[in-house]
Amino acid sequence: MDFFSELCVGGLTRGSIYALIALGYTMVYGIIELINFAHGEIYMIGAFTALIMASVLTMSGMSGISVLILAAVVAVIYSAAYGFTVEKVAYRPLRQAPRLSPLISAIGMSIFLQNYVLIAQTSDFLPFPNLLPELEFLEPYTSFIGSTEFIIIVTTAVIMVLLTILIKFTRMGKAMRATAQDRDMAMLVGVNANRVISNTFIIGSSLAAIGGVLIASHIGRINFYIGFIAGIKAFTAAVLGGIGSIPGAVLGALVLGFTESFGTGYVSSDYEDVFAFVLLILILIFKPSGLLGHTTSQKV
Amino acid sequence: MKTRFINISVFSIIVVISLIFTMPAPLPAADTIKLGVAGSHSGDLASYGIPTVRAAELVARDINARGGILGKKVELLVEDDVCKPEVATNTATKLASKGVHVVLGHICSGATKSAIGIYKEARIIVLSPSATNTELTQSGKYPNFYRTIGYDRNQARLAVDFAIKRLGLKKIAILHDKGDYGKGFAENAKKYISDSKQANVVLFEGVTPGAVDYSAVVQKVRQSGTDAVIYGGYHPEAATIVSQMRKKNMKTLFISDDGVKDNTFIKVAGRYAEGVYATSHKDTSKNPLAIAAIAAHKKTYGTEPGAFFLNGYAGAQALLYAIKNAGSTDYEKVRKALRSHNVETPLGKIKFDNKGDAVGVGFSMYQVQRGVYVEVK
Repeated sequence: MDFFSELCVGGLTRGSIYALIALGYTMVYGIIELINFAHGEIYMIGAFTALIMASVLTMSGMSGISVLILAAVVAVIYSAAYGFTVEKVAYRPLRQAPRLSPLISAIGMSIFLQNYVLIAQTSDFLPFPNLLPELEFLEPYTSFIGSTEFIIIVTTAVIMVLLTILIKFTRMGKAMRATAQDRDMAMLVGVNANRVISNTFIIGSSLAAIGGVLIASHIGRINFYIGFIAGIKAFTAAVLGGIGSIPGAVLGALVLGFTESFGTGYVSSDYEDVFAFVLLILILIFKPSGLLGHTTSQKV
Repeated sequence: MKTRFINISVFSIIVVISLIFTMPAPLPAADTIKLGVAGSHSGDLASYGIPTVRAAELVARDINARGGILGKKVELLVEDDVCKPEVATNTATKLASKGVHVVLGHICSGATKSAIGIYKEARIIVLSPSATNTELTQSGKYPNFYRTIGYDRNQARLAVDFAIKRLGLKKIAILHDKGDYGKGFAENAKKYISDSKQANVVLFEGVTPGAVDYSAVVQKVRQSGTDAVIYGGYHPEAATIVSQMRKKNMKTLFISDDGVKDNTFIKVAGRYAEGVYATSHKDTSKNPLAIAAIAAHKKTYGTEPGAFFLNGYAGAQALLYAIKNAGSTDYEKVRKALRSHNVETPLGKIKFDNKGDAVGVGFSMYQVQRGVYVEVK
């Protein structure tokens, strides 16, 4: 395999990782126009929950795919509960407040959750076991694409499709779109806006937890700070693609992933972040609402 | 009558007590060797500084039990610098004004650099157990500075020598984490490789700490056709890079610094850590004096000693025995004694070269073998 296609796979993996987290940012923004800075921390909590579950399950004698599924399910439930609670505690009381207040509240929540994990767990890096199975049919191509990368890319694609179906074709999706377009009007016609917002947080947090399990397996280590770093990049991806737009978040994440991968490959990894943020600035200069961002329509 | 008697007795008791308190105080001032101990004793880097304080306490107790030095007892003056350059200048001024003869410290390179000028003006000898900044000794600007630890540039030299002479490598890729420590190591390594003319640097790049994926840079390493990667930085990124290389079936050797010679690295990278090389301080824990010093620490403080304990112990011994060998606390005489007399310490027999580095104290190469770091002989 040549260098170019190797970099493509690298970019695709990176992009998929960013996309999994970026979806949570963009969904929440689409509905309540709030940048949920605590989202990265939800992802981190998902990874920690999966790590704890995996160690407990491995100690009790389980192995392989069942550990992965159980750990992932518990991580999703746990993270969803955190997302739901964060919204209820930190954002709902500020629903009618000026836009800056929930933003500050979000930053506070992010700092709180980070330090909570720091105190409750540890400040050290913890090894994260590779829960993902080794796919045998990929054996001849390991130097080109590993099992972990393959699973990350496929999972992201599947989640994208499921999410699109959910929003386009289900009752809940319709309610979400309605709330996004005009919350007051949606409430007038009988949509329970608070419940819709809670659901959005639950879905976004579940995605973050899945991301946490996949990404931690890929990197092989976690600490309380991973959410912040991954969150910044994912947030950049969401803005790049047009915050509030779901296909935009995925497109933005992929563009970001490819830019970093090719920038590293053909120029230098010293400037990895420079490429990412120069691209962001350029796109925002020429298209202030992002690649796929429309000012009002299709925010969810 | 009775109250008056009580008043008098109370008064006389107070007088006696205050005499007890005031009388001995001037005595040690005239008649002790004052060893200043400066470093990070509180705050988040306290774990680097406390072991040296304890080492100094043990050495002083030991020497005092045997009658002191030049007939005088050793007195410790401990001052905290929290590892901050701006605090360290105050620490140094305070110690100098208290009339310390020699100082064991400071702990962090930055703090040492900011304090060293004050000691130089006051003509006080400073010996650090842990400041590895190359410039402190090699620039020649601080004739009053000594240390019982190797310096950064030598670590890079060892890694390069090992790669070229021992392993016979021709093509080397250098990666670093863009930080002061990692990049400094990488740049020195690059310089030594090009000076040697026996190998080529085929890739020199910085990676972003904490990134979610290093596959692009790993592909680039493969593309460069290198024999080995020399990495300057800390263990979290090193663990991820090594794992990603091994997962892609790359057998490229991995050589790094003492930021990676940490057991967390082996824990995180797991089986992928096998065979990784890292330079670090020489292992002297088999030295009988080191075993005795560690045992004394356990007996007195109930715990295993922490970082730089043996370096601190050796430093305190080197300073105090230099005063003994010099026969006085005179600045020039003590400097001469530090350079001319060997002292038996837990780090082995040490004396200092003209620049202030301990002869024979330095780095060794370690390799991960069956899940533990083993010194490569």
